[in-house]
Amino acid sequence: MQNDEIIRKINQFLIDEIEIDETQIKPTASLKKDLGIDSLDFVDLFVIVEKKFGFKMKAEEIAEVTTLDDFYTYVINRINPN
Amino acid sequence: MGIYSVIGKNLAEVEDSLRNGRSGIIFDPVRKEMGFRSALTGMVERPQLKGVLDRRMRVGMPLQGEYAYVSTVEALKNAGLDQAYLDANEVGIIFGNDSSALPVVESVDILRQQKDTMMIGSGYIFQAMNSTVSMNLSVIFKLKGVNFTLSGACASGSHAIGIGYLLIKQGLQDMIICGGAQEINPESTASFDALNAFSTRESEPTKASRPFDRDRDGLVPSGGAATVIIESYESAMKRGATIYGEVIGYGFSSNGEHISMPNVDGPVRAMEKAILDAGIKPSEIDYINAHATSTPMGDKNEANSIDLIFGASRPMVSSTKSMTGHEMWMGGASEVIYSSLMMNHGFVAPTINLENTDETTAKLNLPRIAMPCEINTFLSNSFGFGGTNSSLIIRKKSR
Repeated sequence: MQNDEIIRKINQFLIDEIEIDETQIKPTASLKKDLGIDSLDFVDLFVIVEKKFGFKMKAEEIAEVTTLDDFYTYVINRINPN
Repeated sequence: MGIYSVIGKNLAEVEDSLRNGRSGIIFDPVRKEMGFRSALTGMVERPQLKGVLDRRMRVGMPLQGEYAYVSTVEALKNAGLDQAYLDANEVGIIFGNDSSALPVVESVDILRQQKDTMMIGSGYIFQAMNSTVSMNLSVIFKLKGVNFTLSGACASGSHAIGIGYLLIKQGLQDMIICGGAQEINPESTASFDALNAFSTRESEPTKASRPFDRDRDGLVPSGGAATVIIESYESAMKRGATIYGEVIGYGFSSNGEHISMPNVDGPVRAMEKAILDAGIKPSEIDYINAHATSTPMGDKNEANSIDLIFGASRPMVSSTKSMTGHEMWMGGASEVIYSSLMMNHGFVAPTINLENTDETTAKLNLPRIAMPCEINTFLSNSFGFGGTNSSLIIRKKSR
């Protein structure tokens, strides 16, 4: 899967399933402070990512993920490790 | 008061159904396919709350929580209460609920399939607990008072109002959002169906629930939610609230016998305690909303119980379960609302499908059509598995 397709998919599920306002979706946005994704929403991201991308996130791997761009990078690296 | 029931999604619709003897019972083919002995059930559509409540508030709410949200919104509006009032005052919540089967089944299904708890997501824990309704509504409405769920089988909703009444009477709370909620899905009633307790009159769904009728053959499960906001008299007067009724008596008892077979003594003691608490004579009760679920033994024993206490005065008795089916955890609260609607609008709802009484039920004064009636005081019975009994007495505002 191409990187831009991955980013498009992430943005889409943030809008459709986490119900984040589309105008808030910016790479520099902080997941917690700007997008309001709390610890419970993170639990749902595990489920959504598995359904959309077919891999299971690990809590320790996303400990450093703070911005949306970090999240894109994390997912891209899991899908396209090289 | 607010209601979301199989005979109407608000007070006005419900009143119309009560007057016209409208049934909310259907045949559910899904249940038949699943292997139910009886596919009969009360049915109401799922409320659509997307766009009404944000995602975090919705994901932790099971079906009965959604019903209860809708009934509580109506009750708050009806009581003239807004969020500013709830923010500024210590308002509590006690809801009757005794299961949340579907989220339990669904989350365990996910675990069995995925073998990873992380695939269950964040919402199921809050949906699956028995306290789900009070838990969710207390957060949505930002309540600051007493906050718990009461599980007392099919008397849960009635006990919730009774305990709320006692807390207010003790001066511990001024206002409590009470009620009862019941999920409608096959998962929550499959094990009940296994007891051969449900009516199998599948060819005539709307005639299946026939309390006190000679040919009754079992109950029909149902559900929804009912919200009754109770407050101290002083609080109601201060706010200029519309008072639908005054809770004047609560009686409770336990049969001390069989887990599922009702008796006569337990309900008699609950009704007598309610009458004693109310400080009235049995002859002052104008109407009794019976628990009567349409089971052969339950209706017989309740008829005998009522006759023992009210044999001399013979107030009108009806079972609204003939229309709604058995709303179980919700029923004790919804039936207070049905009876209050009758009291405030001057009629008694019929026991529909009552064609022939038997030698026991013939002892009661059972209207078969809606009757004009001046009700000043009514008694509402709710009984449940384990032999739990609750009787509430409510009268028109008198002071």
